[in-house]
Amino acid sequence: MPVEIDIDHVAKLARLDLTDDEKAQLRSQLGVILEHAAKVGEVAADDVPPTAYAIPRANELREDDPQPSITHEAAMANAPAQADDRFMVPKIAETGA
Amino acid sequence: MSHELCDLSGSELTAKLRAGEITAVDLAGSSLRRIEAVDGRVKAFLTLTPQVALERAAELDVYLSTGAPLSDVAGIPIALKDVFTTNGIRTTCGSKILETYTPPYDCTPWTRLSGAGSTLIGKTNCDEFAMGSSNENSAYGPVHNPWDLDAVPGGSSGGSAAAVAAGEVVWALGSDTGGSVRQPASLTGVVGLKPTYGLISRYGLVAFASSLDTVGTFTRSVGDAATLLNTLAGKDRRDATSLDLEVPDYRASLADGVAGLRVGVVSEAFGQGVEPDVAGSVRAAVERLAGLGAQVGEVHLPHAEYALSAYYLIAPSEASSNLARYDGVRYGLREDGADSIEMMFRTRGAGFGPEVKRRIMLGTYALSAGYYDAYYGQAQKVRTLIIRDYEAAFAGFDVLVSPTSPTTAFPIGEKADDPMAMYLNDIFTIPANLAGVPAVSVPCGLDSAGLPIGLQFTAPVLGEPTLLRAAAALEADLGLDLRPPLLAGV
Repeated sequence: MPVEIDIDHVAKLARLDLTDDEKAQLRSQLGVILEHAAKVGEVAADDVPPTAYAIPRANELREDDPQPSITHEAAMANAPAQADDRFMVPKIAETGA
Repeated sequence: MSHELCDLSGSELTAKLRAGEITAVDLAGSSLRRIEAVDGRVKAFLTLTPQVALERAAELDVYLSTGAPLSDVAGIPIALKDVFTTNGIRTTCGSKILETYTPPYDCTPWTRLSGAGSTLIGKTNCDEFAMGSSNENSAYGPVHNPWDLDAVPGGSSGGSAAAVAAGEVVWALGSDTGGSVRQPASLTGVVGLKPTYGLISRYGLVAFASSLDTVGTFTRSVGDAATLLNTLAGKDRRDATSLDLEVPDYRASLADGVAGLRVGVVSEAFGQGVEPDVAGSVRAAVERLAGLGAQVGEVHLPHAEYALSAYYLIAPSEASSNLARYDGVRYGLREDGADSIEMMFRTRGAGFGPEVKRRIMLGTYALSAGYYDAYYGQAQKVRTLIIRDYEAAFAGFDVLVSPTSPTTAFPIGEKADDPMAMYLNDIFTIPANLAGVPAVSVPCGLDSAGLPIGLQFTAPVLGEPTLLRAAAALEADLGLDLRPPLLAGV
């Protein structure tokens, strides 16, 4: 059975604007893909530990020695909008009364 | 049929450079001429860098004229998949959202090659953010397979594969998260190496699925893959996941042959969905390995059938997190919005293509409250089972053999509307990514339609010397002369 998904909720979590056509297509495609993906539940028994990284690492540390870095100008060069050496964005909050 | 210098292998060209028979400028010119002749039809490149290439080559020639020593990659024309950042050179990831993005830094793989004198010819087309198996998901149009211009070159590194197959460059880099180097190598008749997870630094490789992403190589010989790996492998302070180890000379054991080598043929990889020509060609190659003295046996990877399911939960989950950075604030596309949140929704809606949206949605769902344990958590357990399968297999065998892909190159458009059918292309390549083990695709023949077939060798973690030795032995024994029909008319 294809999996039923609340597309609007997931799109909101993913910060994605989707058209009605995209939503309809994703609803059916993701349902089929997830039905297949749910097979993982058939074999993953309680006593099997999960693996996040195939080659385990922990607390990879190195000396904290400063290295040359890119300039402020280079870091800002791709900004869609900037002002006063800062990234400029549309308003993020209502101004208080 | 005209042969260009860039049809030769890297090792042959290095010998000619050292002997003073050719110059680096000759070589760059050869590559650019071939691109001029065929890339209008192949469409492997998104960005060409002829000026940089010729300038760098000229500098190298001056350096050489002083009698200075030459590295094994110096002066050799290379292409980079457009997911590797290049300082001052546009890097799109095949996406509209990065159409105008010009990185302020080089990725480590290119820093190393550039430092050793490589000549960058350009950046290659790929599926958007490396998500796909046919290169049809590029926002800039598909790549055409040099063996059949109506067929896909595979993906996601389809441009790099096609560029090497068509002799547009001598070799190229790609990225392999679930097969994105090996599958296109198989479909275009070249050698595609995916090394052990962490062996090559990923600093500057635009992230797709961080627990699976690897840097890989496309070459026309196994020896050239070893040459590139010699330059690329090793610890990088800028990538915490890069492995700290003594890097061996990967060319040292290439000629040692396979006598006594234990070769396990993966039983599960010859079942339903595998084209008879593919199965037959791989079986015939295994016979040749036996003839060379390899000890051949059957081996089982019992959980392989669950690898695809696990992959299509783990990779999209990690992708949904990694791609959250495309928010229209610091770089890339920005769409207008009444406030920052609306701007972000619109930017992402307009900038991402259908497959990327599909995977972001899939991953977001799999990680969302109430579903995490059933999907992502279970997939990570399957990953453990797959690693155990490999451990058991490698207790009895030195390398494993399977087809790289169940099919040869398929027509452009054939699977574009059916995600599940497309995902099945990677059924034999995905397990190596989940387990972090190295694998290589080597050409082993042509099907009845004249399209290349690839055989995949897989070795244990850091087993590259054995992996490349087996691949080199097969390559030498088969002695295939793989020149796509496209080049007959050039």
